[in-house]
Amino acid sequence: MKGMTVIVKTITDFVVGFIVVFGAYIVLYGHLTPGGGFAGGVIIACAFILTMLAHGKDVAFSKLPEKVAHVADSGGALVFLLIGWFGVTVGFFFMNTFGRGEVFRLLSSGMILPLNIAIAFKVASSLFLVFSALAIFRRRSFRAMIEDELA
Amino acid sequence: MTVYFLCIVLLTMGLYCLVAKKNIVKKVLGIVIMDYAVNLYLIIVGYKSGGVAPIIEPDMPAATLERFVDPLPQAMVLTSIVIGLGVLSLMVAMCIRLYEKHGTFDMSVISKLRG
Amino acid sequence: MIVGSIVAIETRNLLSAVISVAAVGFALSVAFLFLGAPDIAITQLVVEVLVLIILIRGTILLDNTAVESHRDTLAVVTSLIFFGLVLGFGAMIFGGRGFPEFGEPVMRVSRVYVHTGLPATHCANIVTSVILDFRAYDTMGEATVLFTSILGALALLRRDGKKKEGEVVAA
Repeated sequence: MKGMTVIVKTITDFVVGFIVVFGAYIVLYGHLTPGGGFAGGVIIACAFILTMLAHGKDVAFSKLPEKVAHVADSGGALVFLLIGWFGVTVGFFFMNTFGRGEVFRLLSSGMILPLNIAIAFKVASSLFLVFSALAIFRRRSFRAMIEDELA
Repeated sequence: MTVYFLCIVLLTMGLYCLVAKKNIVKKVLGIVIMDYAVNLYLIIVGYKSGGVAPIIEPDMPAATLERFVDPLPQAMVLTSIVIGLGVLSLMVAMCIRLYEKHGTFDMSVISKLRG
Repeated sequence: MIVGSIVAIETRNLLSAVISVAAVGFALSVAFLFLGAPDIAITQLVVEVLVLIILIRGTILLDNTAVESHRDTLAVVTSLIFFGLVLGFGAMIFGGRGFPEFGEPVMRVSRVYVHTGLPATHCANIVTSVILDFRAYDTMGEATVLFTSILGALALLRRDGKKKEGEVVAA
C-alpha cells in the first residue's frame, strides 16, 4: 500500500500547505473571528490525515513523526494546565494575568491566545495519532487474516 | 415548540437505533445521531429571534449587544462536539477489536460466542 | 436531517448508513450557521469530515458490510409503541409552562458574559472568551476527556506488544 495515484499525490502536495496555513489562521484569530483551538486543530489534523491517505504512512510519519505527535499531545495538555496554574501566583486558578493588550489586535486578550494554541496542538496531534493507529491496525490485521487463509 | 419536537424526534431515532439494532456499527451510529440531537437542542435553546452571532466588531453600535444569541450553550456545544469525536474514535477502536476477535459485527452472535 | 437519519438507521448496507449519518451532520452544520453560531458550524463541518473518514476506515474493507436482518412483527409493534411513548413525553415536557419559547432565551447568566466580555478579556469573540476565560475549568475537563479517550483508543489499537509476541513464541 504505497498510496493512491499520481494525480491524487500531486494535488495533495499542492493543497496540504494551504490547509495547514488555514488551520493556523483559524487558531490564531480565534479570539477575533469565528473559530478557535478546536476547529483549527481538527483542520490541521485533517491536513496530516490527507497526507497519510494519499501517500501512505511512511511519508506521513516523516512529516510528523509519531514521537513528536505524542510529545505535542501531552505537551498541549501540560501547557494548558501550566497557564492555569500561572494564574495562581497572582490570584486564582485560570486568572487572566497576562497583558490584555489592545482590543481587536492579534496579540490581545491575555491568556486566550496561548490557550488556543495549546488546545490546537493537543487536538491535532491526538486525532492524527488515533487515525494512524486505526490505519496501521487494519492493515496488519488484514494481512494476518490473509495469512490465516493461506495456511 | 415545533422545533423542540424535531429535536425529540431525532433523539428518539438515535435511541431506537441504539436499543433495537443488532449490528454494533449501527449502535455507534445511533449514539452519533443522539449526540447531534442534543447539540442541536442546546443551540436552539440559546437562539434569539433576529439574533446575530456573538462576535463584536470594531465599529458596532452598542444596541447590537442586545441582539446577540446566547453564547453560553454555544461554548458548551463547541467542547461537546470534540468530545463526541474522541468518544467515537474510542468506540470504533472497540468495534474493530471485537471484529478481529469474533469475525462479525452482529451483537447476538458475539454474546453467544462467550466462553 | 430526519430523512437522512431514517435512511441511516434502516438501510442494510453499512457504508450507505455511514454516509447518511454524515449527511445528517452536514445538514446540522448548515442549521448551526442559520441559528447564529458560526463557531459551532465550522467545528461541526470539520469534525464531520473526520467522523466520516474514521467510520469508513473502521467499517468498510472489513468483510461483511451488509447487515443480515430478520424482522418479526412483535419487534415492529414494540418499537412503534416505544416511539409513541417517547414522543408523547417530549410533547408533555415541551408543551408545559416554564420552558422558554423558541427565539426568546433566558439569558440570566449570559447577559453578564455578553456585556462584560469585551472589557474584561479584550476578546472580540464572546464564545471564545466564555470557553477559555470565564469557564476555563470546563475546557480543562474537556481536554482531559479527549486525552483519556484518545489514550484508550491507542491502547486498544496498539501494535503487537512484547507480551503478545512472547506468548506466540511460547506457544
